[in-house]
Amino acid sequence: MLDLKVFENRELAQKVLQAIRREAGRIEREVRLMHVCGTHEDTVTRSGIRSLLPENVKIVSGPGCPVCITPVEDIVKMQEIMRKAREEGEDIILTTFGDMYKIPTPKGSFSDLKSEGYDVRIVYSIYDTYRMAKENPDRLVVHFSPGFETTTAPAAGMLETAVDENLENFKIYSVHRLTPPAVEALVKQGTNFDGLIAPGHVSTIIGVKGWEYITREYGVPQVIAGFEPVDFLMGILLLLRMIRKGEAKIENEYTRAVRYEGNVKAQELIGKFFEVKDAKWRALGVIPESGLELRDEWKELDIQNLYPVDVPKLPDLEKGCLCGAVLRGMALPTDCKLFGKECTPRHPVGPCMVSYEGTCSIFYKYGALF
Amino acid sequence: MCLAVPAKIVEIKDKVAIVDFGGIKREARLDLLPNVKVGDYVIVHTGFAIEKLDEKQALESLKAWEEIMQVLGE
Ligand code: SF4
Repeated sequence: MLDLKVFENRELAQKVLQAIRREAGRIEREVRLMHVCGTHEDTVTRSGIRSLLPENVKIVSGPGCPVCITPVEDIVKMQEIMRKAREEGEDIILTTFGDMYKIPTPKGSFSDLKSEGYDVRIVYSIYDTYRMAKENPDRLVVHFSPGFETTTAPAAGMLETAVDENLENFKIYSVHRLTPPAVEALVKQGTNFDGLIAPGHVSTIIGVKGWEYITREYGVPQVIAGFEPVDFLMGILLLLRMIRKGEAKIENEYTRAVRYEGNVKAQELIGKFFEVKDAKWRALGVIPESGLELRDEWKELDIQNLYPVDVPKLPDLEKGCLCGAVLRGMALPTDCKLFGKECTPRHPVGPCMVSYEGTCSIFYKYGALF
Repeated sequence: MCLAVPAKIVEIKDKVAIVDFGGIKREARLDLLPNVKVGDYVIVHTGFAIEKLDEKQALESLKAWEEIMQVLGE
C-alpha cells in the first residue's frame, strides 16, 4: 500500500518549518517566493503557511488559474458562435469546466448563455464531451477547452481518439496556455521574486526539462513541488538554501510524480495537434509563444473554423478589480477594496473570484484564517 | 479544474481504467499513460491518468529530506 499520508504529517512539517526559520535567519533581507498554481495557493492558504513563515519570507501567487486568464474575447466569441450556429439551424451542445462556466465578461458568462436557452453543459473531463458526441450523433458537440499543460494533454489524447474513430461531430475551442512563457514574461516585466515554486502537475507533463531555461537564462532558482503542506514547505526550504548560498539551480521535490523528461507520450500528443502561438492572457496582455492553437492540418477539429465570427476588443476587468496585479504576484486579494464586499464568489466582479483556483476565491474561502 | 489526485488502478479495459480514489471508483483514461497495470498508483487529472506515482521515489525523497534537515541543523 502506497502511504502518502506521511506528506501531510504534522511533525515532519514542524521540522521543516524549524529548518526554514534557521535558513531565513541567515538571509538578512526580505525574500519573495512565487508559485504559479492555484492548487499550490490552496495548499498555502488552507494550511495557513503564510502566517507560519518567518517575517522575511513572503509567498506571492502568480498567474496560476487558467480560467482567470482566458481572454474575455474568446469567451464572447464562443457565445457568438453558439448564436450564429443556431441562426443557421445548428443547435450546438457546448461543454466546459464548472469554473469556466461562471467566469464573468462584459457580455455575460456561459451560465448567462445557458439561461438564454442555449445548451451549455458542465463537464468534469473532455472525455464526458466525447461521450456526449457519441450519444448525440446528429448534434455538434463542442468543448471550450481552457487549461495549462496538465489539461492540454488530456485534450490532445481525446482528439486522437476522436480522429481515429472519425467522430466528426466532436470539436473544440482551444484557449490552452503554456506556463513557463508566463513566468518568463513576469521576469521580463519586472515582477520581483527571488525564487519559483514550480507547479508539480504541469511538471508531470513537461518534466524538469521544461523549466530549465528559466533558471539558465534568467538565473531564477526553482523547486518543483507537490501539493501536500510538507511538499510546499520543503520547496520553500530548498529555495531558501539556494538563495542563501547564492545558487541558481532547479531542484525537484516532487520526484514521486515528476521525471526529468516529463510525460513524453503526452508531449508528443500535444505537439501532434497543437502549435505554439503568441497569445493574450486576460489582464496580462499578449505573452509571446504562450498559447496553443490547433495546427492547420487539424482545422476541421476547430469550431472557430466552422463558424468564423469577429468580436470587438473588450475591457478585461471591471473598474476597481485588481485581478491583473493579483495575477502578476504584485498584490494580494486583501489589497482590493472590493474583496469580500462587492466581490464574493456568489457575485464575482473579477475572474479571480470565480474559480476555486483563483487567488481571490481561495482567500475568501479560507477567510477565517486571516 | 487543475486539481489532480492520486488513485489506484483496479481494472483496465483498453484505453480506460477503473481507478479507486480511497473508496470512490471512477473511470480514468489511459491515453497519456499506456504502460500501466492493475495495482499501480496514478495521478488523475480531469479524468485522465497523467503520471504514475513512484512509491520508491516517495520513500527516498522522505529520506533525502531528513538528511537535508540534519545538515541544515548543524
Ligand atoms: S476581489 Fe474581486 S474585484 Fe478584487 S481583485 Fe479579486 S476578483 Fe477583482
